[in-house]
Amino acid sequence: MNMILQCGVLFVFLAFGEFVVWLTGVTIPSSIIGMLSLTVALKIGVVKLCQVEKMANFLVHNLGFFFVPAGVGLISCLGLIASEWVPIVGAMVVSTAVILLVTGHVHQQVRRRMRFRHFNGHKHGSATSR
Amino acid sequence: MEFLTNKVFLIALTFAVFVMSQYIQRRTGLKLMNPILVSITALICFLLATGIDYSDYKEGGDYIDFWLKPAVVALGVSLYKQLETIRKQMLPLLFAEMAGCVAGIISVVVVAKFLGASQEVIMSLAPKAVTTPIAMEVSESIGGIPALTAAVVVCTGIFGGMAGFRIIKMGHVKSPIAGGLSMGTAAHAIGTSAAMECGDRYGTFSSLGLTLNGLLTALLSPVILSLLGYVP
Repeated sequence: MNMILQCGVLFVFLAFGEFVVWLTGVTIPSSIIGMLSLTVALKIGVVKLCQVEKMANFLVHNLGFFFVPAGVGLISCLGLIASEWVPIVGAMVVSTAVILLVTGHVHQQVRRRMRFRHFNGHKHGSATSR
Repeated sequence: MEFLTNKVFLIALTFAVFVMSQYIQRRTGLKLMNPILVSITALICFLLATGIDYSDYKEGGDYIDFWLKPAVVALGVSLYKQLETIRKQMLPLLFAEMAGCVAGIISVVVVAKFLGASQEVIMSLAPKAVTTPIAMEVSESIGGIPALTAAVVVCTGIFGGMAGFRIIKMGHVKSPIAGGLSMGTAAHAIGTSAAMECGDRYGTFSSLGLTLNGLLTALLSPVILSLLGYVP
């Protein structure tokens, strides 16, 4: 598939996101608006999967590399980190563990309850129809 | 020596260092030898040793950094592929993501405050669970330091990617769907690449977690922080 087209599609949606931000002044990042509008466009068939998939996969699978320059930015706040590394590291570690456990458990619980209700509702439904 | 500040050279160096780091991890097989972590450390050492200014490096680095934005747009493709699953599991996903996002922001703010962080640092830490392009924009809008946010985001990702599955296991999160989802929610793209190594199912839900939490954090963190009394 045409890689220029694939790349172009991503930038068209990013530009659309920028346009929405410029027009409305919302605080949502343009890339998120671009992402959602691309999802919608794929769903309604304006864009076909084969017109973006290859480039999208390349970018998504190599996301780590694109983070490197941002990480090197640590060097510009070494002083701040030296003086406040305890709260920074502490908050990061604790909060990451909290998110992992809260997200996982809430998902498991809600799903379990939904299955249970679904099961009961089904039984009830079939009983009354009889 | 002036050539060292040439931005094209610095871009090429970043590529070379990353490829070398990937090679090191493949050879050693150690999780601690995370290519992102190794590359960042190596590049910082290089800048410190040669005395090159970060602003010079950034001129080149921005060209790489720039691709994070289209990469976030590209996540729309993963989202599209998962629409059916999302529809089926709307409620559990929504509850889990809301809870994870809110708990994450509140816990990071409370712990940082308790350990004596300054206002600026607290604001920079608040959006740390989501991918840098989103986190940096949020950080800026709530009065944090985007550069610090970016660095903390990367560290969070590396920590989550390396320790995440151990924490999940210890905390009795058993379903692969819930596990994948929490990896993406807590440790964005870096957690997702760790999850992908554990299987497709983990990877799929992890990318869903990173997308949904990115969205929720962008929308909710200004609200949560103002409710906590940090942002006017």
